[in-house]
Amino acid sequence: MALIEVRDLEKIYKTGEVETRALRGVSFDIEKGEFVAVMGPSGSGKSTLLHMLGFLDTHTSGTYKFDGKKFTEYSEDERAHLRNKKMGFVFQTFNLLPRLSTIENVKLPLMYSDVPEKEWNERAKAALEAVEMGHRLDHLAFKLSGGEKQRVAMARALVNEPEVIFADEPTGNLDSKSGEAVMSVLQSLNEDMGHTVILITHETYTAQYSERILELFDGELAKDFKVKNRNSIKDGHFKK
Amino acid sequence: MKIKHTIRSATGGLKVHKSRSALTVLGILIGIAAIIMMVSLGGGAEGLIVGELGGLGAETIVVRPGQEPTGPADFSNTLFADSIKERDVEALKQKGNVPDLLDIMPAVIVAGSMSYEGETFQPTIMGGDAEFIAAAFDVYPVEGYAFGEDEIQQNADVVVIGDRVREELFADSSAVGEFVKVNQRKMRVIGVLPPKGQVAVLNVDSLAIVPHTTAQTYLSGRDYYNQLIIKISDPKHVDRAVVDIERTMRISHGITDPDDDDFYVETQQGIVEQVSTILGALTVLVSSIAAIALVVGGVGVMNIMLVSVAERTKEIGLRKSLGATNKDISRQFLIESILLAASGGLIGIILGSTFSFLVFLIVSNYFLPGWTYVFPVGAAVLGFTVSSIVGLIFGIYPAKQAAKKSPIEALRYE
Repeated sequence: MALIEVRDLEKIYKTGEVETRALRGVSFDIEKGEFVAVMGPSGSGKSTLLHMLGFLDTHTSGTYKFDGKKFTEYSEDERAHLRNKKMGFVFQTFNLLPRLSTIENVKLPLMYSDVPEKEWNERAKAALEAVEMGHRLDHLAFKLSGGEKQRVAMARALVNEPEVIFADEPTGNLDSKSGEAVMSVLQSLNEDMGHTVILITHETYTAQYSERILELFDGELAKDFKVKNRNSIKDGHFKK
Repeated sequence: MKIKHTIRSATGGLKVHKSRSALTVLGILIGIAAIIMMVSLGGGAEGLIVGELGGLGAETIVVRPGQEPTGPADFSNTLFADSIKERDVEALKQKGNVPDLLDIMPAVIVAGSMSYEGETFQPTIMGGDAEFIAAAFDVYPVEGYAFGEDEIQQNADVVVIGDRVREELFADSSAVGEFVKVNQRKMRVIGVLPPKGQVAVLNVDSLAIVPHTTAQTYLSGRDYYNQLIIKISDPKHVDRAVVDIERTMRISHGITDPDDDDFYVETQQGIVEQVSTILGALTVLVSSIAAIALVVGGVGVMNIMLVSVAERTKEIGLRKSLGATNKDISRQFLIESILLAASGGLIGIILGSTFSFLVFLIVSNYFLPGWTYVFPVGAAVLGFTVSSIVGLIFGIYPAKQAAKKSPIEALRYE
C-alpha cells in the first residue's frame, strides 16, 4: 500500500462568479521513502497540490488517501494531529516566529504533540544539530540569515520525526550556496533517515536532487518520470 | 498544548505590542481603580462617620421633643417643641419604669454669646451636667473641673468651656477662675476641655456648658428641655430600654396611640444605619459607573484582539500547519485576552489603592484626623475576577475568528 494515493483529484476555487480549476483530475501514488519533486510553471497547480497532500486544504472532488485512509474520513482534529506527527513543512518564506529563539521555534511542533516536556530540549537540539545549526540555539529567529532560517525551519519540520516532509520552493528565497546546503539536508533526510520528501519547485536543477519528478501543466499531470542524473552533495562535496 | 505553554505564547504575543496593550487596558484599569478607590475611601469615610456618631457609645439614647424629622426642614419642630419637661425626667428615673437606665441628663440649648474683656464669641451654650457630658463624650477638663449635681441644685453661675471658646476669649492666658458674661449674666469659668472636635452632632470645642437649671432659670426662661440624654447599663439592651422609655414617656404625656407621640427616641445604632444606607447608595452609583467603564474597556479589548488576530493570520496558519488544533488556537487568543484584561485589573487595583492611600494621607493629616485607611481586600479580589471575566467574555469572539482561519488562507496572507 502506497503512503499517498491520489485519484482524480480536483480543486476548484471560486472567487465570486469566477471558477478557477487549479487541479483537473490528477492521479498518482507516492511510496514511503521516496524523494519526489513536483514541477511546473507558476499557475500549474503545484502549490495547490502540496496544500492538499499536506492536509492544509480540502479538495473539491476525487479521492486522496494518506496511510490507507481517505482525507475526508479524518476529523478536523485528526488532521491537525496528522500534520503534527506525520508531516513536516518547509516553506519558501521560512515562516519562523521572528521573536522566538531558534530552539523555541523548533520546539513549536513538540508543544502540540504528546511528547513529554522533558524530552523537548534534547529533541530540538538534536534536530538543530542535524541541520548544522547546533551552535545557534538561542539566537532570535529574525536575526538569522536566509539560509540559517531555512535550516531552522527544516529542523522544525523533522523534530517530530514525521513520515513525510513537504518542501514548498525551499530554495526560492536563497542564494545558490544556501540553496545547495538546504537541498543536501533534504537529500540526507531522505537517504540517511528514511523520510519521504515531497519537493515543490519550478527549477529543473533543484528538481534533479530528487529521484522522481511529477510535472504539472495547467492543473493536469503532464509527466511522471525517474531522474536519471541526480544532483547529489555529500559531506560538502558536490557529486554528479 | 498544555495550558502553561499556552500562557507563555500568549504573554509573548502581548509583549510584542507593549504600548498598544497598555492603552487597550486603560478602560478596564480605570473601572477597577474607581471601584477600589470608592470602596477604600467609602470604607474610610464610613469608619470616620460611624466612629464620630458612635462617639457617644451604643449605650447612649437620646430623647427629643416633637415628631421624628423626615427631612432637614423638619428640624425646627425639634428646636421649638416644648413637650419634654422635668416630670418626664422624674418618670424615667424611676427604676421600675426603665430598669436599664443608669443615668439621665436633661439638656437645654440656648442661643447666645459669651464675652470676656471685650472679646465676644458665640459658643453652643448647653445647659446640662458637665460631669455627665465629660463621661458621655469622653472629654475631661484639662484645667479646673466639671460641675455636677451640687452646682445644678444651686443654680450655680459656673461654666465649662471647650478649647475653641477658650482660645477665642482668652488666647494664651489662663481661663479657669475668670468671670465671663453669658448673655449678660456673669459666670465663672471652672473648667476647660481639651481639643476634641466633632462628637456625634456636637462640636465639643465650641461648647459652653452651664448647669441646666441655671440655663432654664437665667438664660432661656423656659421650663422645657431640648433633649434628654440617657445612659443605660448595657448596650446590648438598647432595644429593650427604648421600648421602656417610649412607654414611660407616653404614660407621662397621656398618649395612647404611638402616632400621636410628641417625642422621639434616637439610638446611635439608628444613625449608623442611616449613614450606611447613604454610603450604600453612593456605592451603587459609583459601581454602575465602573461597570460601564468595564464594558467599554471590554469592547476595547475585543477590538484590539480582533486586530491582533488579523495581524497574526500568518502565525495562526503556521501553528495550524505544525499541528495546532482549532481549540489550541482559540485557547491561545482567549488566554491572551484574559491576561490583557486581568493585567489591566491588577494595575487598576494597584493604582486605585495607591491613590486612595494618598488621599487618606492628605485627609488624615490636614482635615479629618479620624479618617482611617482601608485596603479593600474583597474589592481587590472581586476587581481582579471581574476584569478576568471581562477578558474572557470579550475574548471569545476574536478567539473564534482566529480558530476559524483555514491554515492555507492564513499561510498565504502577507
